[in-house]
Amino acid sequence: MFPEVGQFSLILSLFFALLLSILPLLGYWKGNRLLLSMAQPLTLIMSLLVLVSFVALSSAFLTDDFSVLYVAQNSNSQLPIWYKFSALWGSHEGSLLLWVLILCGWCTAVALKIRTLPLEIGPVVLAVLGTVCVGFLSFLLFTSSPFVRILPDVPADGGDLNPLLQDFGLIVHPPLLYMGYVGFAVAFAFAVTALITGNLNAAWARWARPWTAASWAFLTLGITLGSWWAYYELGWGGWWFWDPVENASFMPWLAGTALLHSLAVTEKRGVFKSWTVLLAIFTFSLSLLGAFLVRSGVLTSVHSFAADPTRGVFILGLLIVLVGGSLLLYAIRAAQVRSTVSLGLTGREAWLLMNNILLTVLTLTVLLGTLYPLLFDTLGLGKISVGAPYFNSVFTPIALLLIVLMAVGPLSKWHQTPTRLLLKPCGLAAMFSFGLSAVVVYCYEFGGLAFISLAVVFWVVVLSFSDWFSKVSAGTKGIIPRARQLPRNYYGMLLAHLGIAATLVGIVLVSVNSEESMLRLSPGDTAHIAGYEFQFDQMTRVTGPNYVSSKGQFTAYQNGRVVATLFPEKRFFTTRQQVMTEAALDAGLTRDLYVSLGEQIDESAWGVRIYVKSFVRWIWLGGLLMMAGGLLAALDKRYRKRAGA
Amino acid sequence: MHPVRQKRLLWVVAIVLILGAVVGLVMYSLQQNINLFFSPTQIAQGEAPQNTTIRAGGVVVDGSVKRDPETLAVSFDVTDYEYSMTIEYLGILPDLFREGQGIVAQGEMMIDGVFKASQVLAKHDEEYMAPEVSDALKKAESKKVTGAGSAASF
Repeated sequence: MFPEVGQFSLILSLFFALLLSILPLLGYWKGNRLLLSMAQPLTLIMSLLVLVSFVALSSAFLTDDFSVLYVAQNSNSQLPIWYKFSALWGSHEGSLLLWVLILCGWCTAVALKIRTLPLEIGPVVLAVLGTVCVGFLSFLLFTSSPFVRILPDVPADGGDLNPLLQDFGLIVHPPLLYMGYVGFAVAFAFAVTALITGNLNAAWARWARPWTAASWAFLTLGITLGSWWAYYELGWGGWWFWDPVENASFMPWLAGTALLHSLAVTEKRGVFKSWTVLLAIFTFSLSLLGAFLVRSGVLTSVHSFAADPTRGVFILGLLIVLVGGSLLLYAIRAAQVRSTVSLGLTGREAWLLMNNILLTVLTLTVLLGTLYPLLFDTLGLGKISVGAPYFNSVFTPIALLLIVLMAVGPLSKWHQTPTRLLLKPCGLAAMFSFGLSAVVVYCYEFGGLAFISLAVVFWVVVLSFSDWFSKVSAGTKGIIPRARQLPRNYYGMLLAHLGIAATLVGIVLVSVNSEESMLRLSPGDTAHIAGYEFQFDQMTRVTGPNYVSSKGQFTAYQNGRVVATLFPEKRFFTTRQQVMTEAALDAGLTRDLYVSLGEQIDESAWGVRIYVKSFVRWIWLGGLLMMAGGLLAALDKRYRKRAGA
Repeated sequence: MHPVRQKRLLWVVAIVLILGAVVGLVMYSLQQNINLFFSPTQIAQGEAPQNTTIRAGGVVVDGSVKRDPETLAVSFDVTDYEYSMTIEYLGILPDLFREGQGIVAQGEMMIDGVFKASQVLAKHDEEYMAPEVSDALKKAESKKVTGAGSAASF
C-alpha cells in the first residue's frame, strides 16, 4: 500500500511543480498579485508531497518490503537498521529521490524566507526553482521510479546493499553532497530571475550571497567526507583519484568558489554583474553535468551507477533545456544589465578578477581532462583514459598561483590600494615564509615543489593573521571589542582561507613524507616502516551480521613501545558473494598508521599494505575549516534584513 | 595612449599571457598522460606500442592466475574470447579481482609480448563492466559472427 502512496504523491507533486513553474511567472507578467502570492503555498505543498513519497520509500526499506523491486535489489533482512535506511540512496532511483527531496528542501527554505525579497522577485525565484523541480520529478517518474513492484513472485529476501556502501561515511556523504549540488539551483534561480526581471543590482547580489555560501559550505563538506571515505574504505589509502565522479563534484565547487567571490564584487561595487549571472548559470550547469556523468555511465569511473542509456539521454535533454534556455535568456537580456567597468590595477576588484579568471581556468582544465576520453571516443579515435598526472601537473601550478594571490586579496582596498599597504606586509611575509620553508625543507630533506608549497602555506597564514591584526589594532577601542565588531563574513573568509592552507599542508606532507609498502607477511613476521615496527600477531575468524571476516591483528611499536594495535579485516559478504577490505587506522594529527589486508596468498601468508601517512588528517581538517567559513559567511547579520523595496 | 585604455590593454595582455601559458601546459600534459586502451585482439595483432603507458583489459581467464611463492608477483591471462594475453603485476590485486571478472590494467608492453601492469583496476559494482572491456568483448563477438576473414580489415 505505502509504495503506491509514494508513487501517487510523486505524481501529484509533479503536478504542483508544473503549476509552480507557470502561475507565478504569469502573475509577474500580468501584474497579478494573487497569482504571485500562490508561489509560496504551491512550493510548500509540492515539497510536502515529495516528503511523503520519501517517507513511503523509507518505510518500505525499514519493513523489508521486498515486493518493491528497488528494495529487493538494495536491501536485505539481515542488514543493520541504519543501513536499511541509508540503502534508500544506495543506488540510482533512491538517490534521485533524495536529490529531489533536497531540492524541495531548498525550495522550502527560499519560500519561508520569501519576505526578505521584494514582492515580485521571490515568486519568480520560486517559479524558476519549480521548473528545475519539474525536470527532476519527471526524470524520476518517467525513467527511474523507485516504487516499481515485483508481483506476484515476491522474493524471500533482498539482494543486499553493496558492501562498499555499508559504512557511516556513505550514510552521510551523498545527502551532504547533494545539499551542495542542488543548493546551487538557488543561485541559478536568482540569476535567471535577474535576467527575467532585469532587476540586477547590489541588492540582488546580497540576496544571492547567503544561499550560495551555504550550498558551497555543504558541497565542501560533502567532498571532504567523500575523500575521507575513499581513504579508509577503498582499502588503498588514496584520498583523491581524479576520478570522473570526483571531478563531477569538484567542478561545481571550483565554479561555486568563483561565484562566491564575484558575488562579493557585485554586491559591494555593482560591477561584474553579467559575469556573475553567467557564473551562477555555469555553476549549476556543472552540477547537472556531474549528475549526467555519474548516472549515464558514459565515463569509466569507480563510482558509476549501472549504466542505462535512456537515463543518460533524459539528463542530457534536461541539461540542454535548462542550460540552453537560461543561456538564451542571458544572450537576450544580458546587454541590459551590463555595467561599465573601470578597474584599478591594485584595487580589490582586480584581485577578485584574478581569482575568478584562475578558478574558471582550473574548472575548464578539469572539465577538459574529464571529458577528453568522451571526446576522443566520439571522434572515433579510440578508447583512452586521462591519467592523474595530467591533473596534477596542470592543476598544481595554477592552484598555487591562485593561493598566493588569495592571501593578498583581503589586504587590498576597493577601487585602488595604496602600494605601500601591500608592499610592506607582502615583502615581510615573503621573507618569513620562504625562510621558514627553507628551514623545514632542509631539516626533512624534502624536494623543490614541497619548498614552494610550504612557503605558500606560511605566506597565507602570515598574511591572514597580519590582516586580521591590522584590522583589530586600528582605532582606539582596544582589540577585543574591535575583533567582535568585524563582520561574520570576514571571519568566514579568514577561516576558509586558513582551511585552504591546512589542506595544502596535508597534501604536501602526505605526498612527500609518507612511506607506503606492500608486503607479503605471515603471522609472526615484522616489518619496519618509517621508524615504526609492525608485528603481524595473528589472524582470526569473525562472524558479523551479514558477513564473515578474516580479522588480522597487528601491533605497531615505536622505540620498543606499543603505539597502537590494529585490526584490519577482509570481509566476505554472503548475499552478494563479495569481498571487502576494511583498513585499520591509527589516526593522529601528524601521522596515520594504515594497515590493510590484500589477498591471502597461501595457507598463512597475506599480501599486506602498511602505510605511514604524514599529516593526512590536515586535508580534511582544512575542508572542515572551509565549510565552517562558508556557514559563517552565510549567517552574516547583514543578509537577514527584510527587503525595503 | 589614454590612461583608461592603457590599463585595459595591460589587463588584456596579462590575461592572454596567462591563458597562453595554461593552454601550453594543458596541451603538453595531455600529450604526456593519455593512455590508449587496447583489447587482447589488438595486442595480438601487434597494434600496441612498446615502452608507452597504455591500458589493456578483458575477462580474466579461469585457472590462469599464478602466484610467485616468495613475493607479491602475480600473473594472469585476460581474454576477449578471440585472443588472450598475459599480464604480470607486482602488488596487491583489488578486492573485485577474480577469475571470470572484467578488469582493466595500466602498464607497458614488454618485448616478449607480456603486459607489465603498474595498476590493476576492477570495479565497485559487480554488474558494472568497464565500457572499454564490454566494447572489446562486443567487437570480438561481432567478428566471430561475420567470420574470421574480416580480421585483416580491422
